[in-house]
Amino acid sequence: MSHYTIGIAGNPNCGKTTMFNALTGARQHVANWPGVTVEKKVGHIKTNTKSIELVDLPGTYSLTAYTQEELVARNFLVDERPQVVIDIMNADALERNLYLAVQIMELGVPLVLGLNMMDEVRKSGKEINSERLAQLSGCAVVETIARNGEGADELLAASLDLAKEKKGEWSPLNISYGPDLDPVLDEMVALIEAQNFLTDKVPARWTGIKYLERDEDVVIKGRMVNTALSDTLESMSKEVSEHTQKTLNARPDALIADHRYGYIASIIKNVVSYPVLDADRISRSDKMDRVLTHRILGPLIMLGIIYLIYKITFTVGEIPMGWLEALFGWIGDTAYNTLPDGHLRSLVVSGIIDGVGGVLGFVPLIMFMFLMISALEDSGYIARMAYMLDRIFKIFGLHGTSVLPFIVSGGIAGGCAVPGVMATRTLRSPKEKLATLFVAPYMTCGAKVPVFLMLTAAFFPAHSATVMLMITLAAWAMALMVARVLRSTVIKGASTPFVMELPPYRMPTLQGVLIHTWERTWEYAKKAGTIILGISILIWAMMTFPQLPEERQAYYEAQRATTQVEEQLAALDNTEAEEAIRHTVAGRIGMALEPISKLAGFNWRVNIALTGGVAAKEVIVSTLGTAYSLGEVDTEESQPLADRLVADSGFTAASAIALIVFTMLYAPCFVTVVTMARESSWSWAAFSVIGSTGLAFAMAVLSYNVAKVFL
Amino acid sequence: MAQDICLRKARVNQKLKIKTVGAEGELGRRIRDLGLIPGTEFQVIGKAPLNDPVALRLRDFTLTLRNSEADYITVTPLED
Repeated sequence: MSHYTIGIAGNPNCGKTTMFNALTGARQHVANWPGVTVEKKVGHIKTNTKSIELVDLPGTYSLTAYTQEELVARNFLVDERPQVVIDIMNADALERNLYLAVQIMELGVPLVLGLNMMDEVRKSGKEINSERLAQLSGCAVVETIARNGEGADELLAASLDLAKEKKGEWSPLNISYGPDLDPVLDEMVALIEAQNFLTDKVPARWTGIKYLERDEDVVIKGRMVNTALSDTLESMSKEVSEHTQKTLNARPDALIADHRYGYIASIIKNVVSYPVLDADRISRSDKMDRVLTHRILGPLIMLGIIYLIYKITFTVGEIPMGWLEALFGWIGDTAYNTLPDGHLRSLVVSGIIDGVGGVLGFVPLIMFMFLMISALEDSGYIARMAYMLDRIFKIFGLHGTSVLPFIVSGGIAGGCAVPGVMATRTLRSPKEKLATLFVAPYMTCGAKVPVFLMLTAAFFPAHSATVMLMITLAAWAMALMVARVLRSTVIKGASTPFVMELPPYRMPTLQGVLIHTWERTWEYAKKAGTIILGISILIWAMMTFPQLPEERQAYYEAQRATTQVEEQLAALDNTEAEEAIRHTVAGRIGMALEPISKLAGFNWRVNIALTGGVAAKEVIVSTLGTAYSLGEVDTEESQPLADRLVADSGFTAASAIALIVFTMLYAPCFVTVVTMARESSWSWAAFSVIGSTGLAFAMAVLSYNVAKVFL
Repeated sequence: MAQDICLRKARVNQKLKIKTVGAEGELGRRIRDLGLIPGTEFQVIGKAPLNDPVALRLRDFTLTLRNSEADYITVTPLED
């Protein structure tokens, strides 16, 4: 049986992933490329005689090494040496799409050009002579329409033919880069070939080009292999660079790009013919943009769309979420009734089922959000959102696309940071993404809302709506300011260039959206079974152990035996619960923290609740209830707790404000932390926990002391 | 012959031709990767609500870039 590896390359928005889906269907799996967060998709096709591995490379415009995506794509070609590469091209923008193809040809990998979106080309009246393109480029050319799978089989057949024909042999394309660069390049090639410098992997001329382009990745690798030769090549490149800078006012990399485009232009001239009057033709997409990115209408429509995403995610998503909650409630009840009273039952019910159930409960939310974001992304709208908002977000060191994670995380009170953090994937620029990840959890997520509602209802009953609005606005202000600070300190650096394509509007394909949604949802659900299970058991243990000593338990037993009055029994239970929680690790932490937390007006009860809140913010209200010896408090009916807080002379209105501030800013809940680590790194997630909690405390102390003066 | 101007100064709907691209390094490469090289003809089709970024229509596709990046590009207005 013969085995083939085929790479699929292409520009972003060229329909590459749609074609990949059409070729592989459901036989694909997703992982990350080693060491980076760039997605790796692999699909397998098996026939009787062949096994084919299709690797979907990240979408890139070029094979330079400036972005992770480009580096991943290039290293795959160089290190894995696939037998064939398929370059899926948006044939409607053939000229620009050929830029990547030319770079692959310069490397020499056998190349099949997939002229995708031929339906759009034909509709626009353009004509592409694909036979001529095949002749001029020396590549196999197949016309395709990925959306309906047209040409997919031919593409695969052409690739396999080429793979058989070439047998892994590379034949790099040599373009002239003009009278200034060509002689130097020839000298470089002679030197490189004489010493077999990197030639086991890549053509000599390619290495030369990369030295001229000052490609850091290649230069560093070169230095490690042969320092002397690398130095020579670097100085040659520097010399010619100074020369071209003087004579042509351009660096070699610019000249090389110009000549590549020149080569492409000479091909295009014979291949594409434009309809007459093309200049006046306004495409449908451009017409849509006149409305959708209109200066005044555009932002309004955007607000509407954001609101709609949000509404659908949280209202429609709530229905299956309710089913899941009911299911886990039922499982919990069943376990409770079957297992004998004791630690095992408590572990299974409170630790495992509640913990994992709480996490899986988010699955419908994540599904709905990704369903809509995938659809919006595929339709081309997300790029427009970035375009319209970029100016504002740039002030804070963020990127136009940062708005989506913010909104989903609770920018409109009631969201959830977990899908919000996952939505940062739409940010292509790494620095802006890190900053967005860090601050998105400050938003007023659904779990914080009950805490805020309870506190405002208790301490500012006349103004609760205003206070809630102020909290939401304060969360935005804090998030943007902290992002600004981060971007000028820890993740310093110029903003990533905002040179972006606005792809034409397209109808998303159902298959594409569904596959996307499924991948993300599954990835999230898998986590629930592993890391999250571990952490929820740990937190359960912290809030359960050590238990009250036996004599105290016996004392409460004895007390209970003496009374028959229902109310007294309940009061006894509550006092015991309070004493029990004080005795646990969480309780001890809470009490140990009291000397410090006093500065922010928090007593040990609040501390326990906040400790529990690290697991999930929902826990804050109920734990506070237990600590104030009220037994379990329903988050919807927190009136008794509110009364108790107002009555507690140690907990003032100033404490309430400090508590609101602290809850807004401190460590994200553990599901968010895990998701964050997944999207960035564990160290960044740890920094977020520590940094945010530090900030939260400082802000809480500040607001407590200011509020004390004024209230 | 019309005077060369900086891309930042271009008006919406104006048709232009790229004269020079002064950016280097990552920015320069990104600009070129997306097809903005000397000789390219395009039209400014819009500016974002706060006048930044701008959207450009090249023959086959639409691009956006920030004013701070447009500063590196000089263009020749085309008479039409």
